[in-house]
Amino acid sequence: MMPVVLWTDALIFILTLMVTGFVLYARSKPHIRAPWQRVFTGRIATASVVILGAFILIGLLDSLHFRLSLEDTGNNDETHYSGEVLSVLDILLGPVRTQVEKTYSAPFATHLFARETVELDDGSQVRAYPRLQYGGRHLQGSDNSRIRDILSRSLLALLEALLASLLLLLAVAARLARRQGKTTRVMLHVIWQRDTRLPWRTLLTTVALLLLLFFLVLNLASAYHILGTDKVGQDVFYQSLKSVRTGLVIGTLTTLIMLPFAIFLGIVAGYARGWTDDVVQYLYTTLNSIPGVLLIAASILMLQVYISNHPEFFETTVERADIRLLFLCIILGITSWTGLCRLLRGETLKLREAEYIQAASSFGVAHGKIISRHILPNVMHVVLISVVLDFSGLVLAEAVLSYVGVGVDPTMNSWGNMINSARLEMAREPVVWWSLLSAFLFMFVLVLAANLFSDAVRDAFDPRTRER
Amino acid sequence: MFAYIIRRLLYAVPILIGVNLLTFYLFFVVNSPDDMARMHLGMKRVTPEAIEKWKASHGYDKPLLVNSGASSLDKVTDTIFYEKSLRLFIFDFGYSDDGRDISYDIGQRMLPSLAIAIPSLLIGLLVNITFALLMAFFRGTYLDISGVILCVVLMSISAMFYIIGGQYLLAKLFRLVPISGFDSGLDALKFIILPVVIGVVSGIGSGARWYRTFFLEEAGKDYVRTARAKGLSESLVLFRHVLRNALIPIVTGVVVLLPLLFMGSLLLESFFAIPGLGSYTIDAINNQDFAIVRVMVFLGSVLYIFGLILVDITYTVVDPRVRLS
Repeated sequence: MMPVVLWTDALIFILTLMVTGFVLYARSKPHIRAPWQRVFTGRIATASVVILGAFILIGLLDSLHFRLSLEDTGNNDETHYSGEVLSVLDILLGPVRTQVEKTYSAPFATHLFARETVELDDGSQVRAYPRLQYGGRHLQGSDNSRIRDILSRSLLALLEALLASLLLLLAVAARLARRQGKTTRVMLHVIWQRDTRLPWRTLLTTVALLLLLFFLVLNLASAYHILGTDKVGQDVFYQSLKSVRTGLVIGTLTTLIMLPFAIFLGIVAGYARGWTDDVVQYLYTTLNSIPGVLLIAASILMLQVYISNHPEFFETTVERADIRLLFLCIILGITSWTGLCRLLRGETLKLREAEYIQAASSFGVAHGKIISRHILPNVMHVVLISVVLDFSGLVLAEAVLSYVGVGVDPTMNSWGNMINSARLEMAREPVVWWSLLSAFLFMFVLVLAANLFSDAVRDAFDPRTRER
Repeated sequence: MFAYIIRRLLYAVPILIGVNLLTFYLFFVVNSPDDMARMHLGMKRVTPEAIEKWKASHGYDKPLLVNSGASSLDKVTDTIFYEKSLRLFIFDFGYSDDGRDISYDIGQRMLPSLAIAIPSLLIGLLVNITFALLMAFFRGTYLDISGVILCVVLMSISAMFYIIGGQYLLAKLFRLVPISGFDSGLDALKFIILPVVIGVVSGIGSGARWYRTFFLEEAGKDYVRTARAKGLSESLVLFRHVLRNALIPIVTGVVVLLPLLFMGSLLLESFFAIPGLGSYTIDAINNQDFAIVRVMVFLGSVLYIFGLILVDITYTVVDPRVRLS
């Protein structure tokens, strides 16, 4: 096995480290902790964070890539690696990834979606719906047994989820009880009454729902294609899960890439004023005046020309698709830093006239120190709010860009590519609806959770709403 | 006022030069015309002669910036930069990579774009303001809260899904309107309805929620409290005072978009096969027609800057406190 670190993987790890570092740092600073506690007192925000967490977990599992070593050919010591780059998520999903049917099949189907000519044992031919190779393979009888099988598996999942949730509830209650010096029984009552500062009841309910989904998938996905299969027979559920990483990468890395520019240029322009300010303003007005989609299109077209002229740089298709994804993030970052930069410039212009900064500069504190000690911490709320607000917009933008043909690589799993192919499927008769629906559901849940979370963050951090 | 507009127009010139240089860099320096030719002619086994011929027929066979072979003024004018980039300033768009007159195409495709964009904008504005006013009227009640939640839910749905879902539901299932296409004259009406409806619906979420904040901000101001204290009815306060003042940010937000309406909507036009500028751009991107994309980038920037100037002028019209200087 050979680990493969793609460019986006590396950036994701850096981002994860940064966030972990920030959390550890913030724990010891009451003034940073306070607004975050305000975020987590909201029930909707807490539930959204749990759901976002589940998505992030999937994305992180999908970011640990490696290449399996091939079977030993025996004649030399060198090991060869397969050209296929896998992730931990692929291994966990196991059969869901490998059980590929011939073509379309509906969710939970046992037969193909389209009629085909099948040759019978006696040589005659009939038009029939062929049996699926993997979906519902264990079933023998009629349609009745399929429904009974699905129900019994679901019931099992429900029981497992209930058990797991109960255990979790007891563990949480016992821990909270020990910390607050109460008995576990009292604590359970307190949680039920929503008498805790963190809305534990909502949090645990959300986790329980996620657990139910998890066990349902665990019990059903190995036996059926729970969201059907696509044109080439790949499991749609697998594609939707793989697309999570693409969506998250675009939503987070884009901001990670653009943040340094936006923060540096915005603060410097507002602080230095004069010709520096003019240059920065000119820069962002110029970039801003180009319609975003067109700038992205132009740049991606140029990247395509570059990639097709230099095929030797990319060992595997995954690496090529990854470079394109990274480049898309960079381009999106270039088109989207202008808004934040303008906000930061305005905020810094206001701040530099504040009395404590005037005092600092009259004491002879160096400019760099004033910026890092006094201005930067006081504009961070602007940065944070714009980062979380941008996230959902970027996830949605991916779908549109993929449709226009300048999004992620067509070989990459993404909701945009799924919706794009679903366009033709909707014109079929009868309609192939499951690809579109699954892409829509996954995307909708992620974007909705992100929107609700960002609203809570904005309310907690924006000084204007705080006063009300 | 007149002097101000002139100054703003002059201020736009360096920005357009910047845009122009950027597109020139993207299209001709990052990848040389040779790369483009190879891309167009198919990747492998392209003879140098074929590349030269393609470049010559599209006018890409000149030096980029300085033509050292030419005499006096031609040193600068007989180059790709002059021919392809500077010509844009006099709106001479030249020919697309497959030989069509771009200016003619743009003229042809402007009207269908506007036929979709203008009704979508006006109806959308009306619908959004109505919803936002309703939410502001019932502010703090469950009606308002559920309205806001509905807006967030609507916002979280991809525009693509609105279009595909709308096409499926209204055109395929209920057969109310044709799925896609366009026609000239009044016959176009039945093709316009669906894109406009979808355009309006997909904008309600973000629009209504955004306008609601304007109304609430205005409703919290002192003069509104005074008006209520005088004994004015709530609806009168809302319509006469809050609405009129909150319209200032709404109108200026719309005015900046006005010039860009010419560019059309990329998604709506290509899904509904409307021969407007949006689908023109998408087709150009898909066919990798760099000439058209370059022109559209420039045109988009010009229209955007024009929109910014319009906004400044509108401010003085709708808000007499603002003086241009």
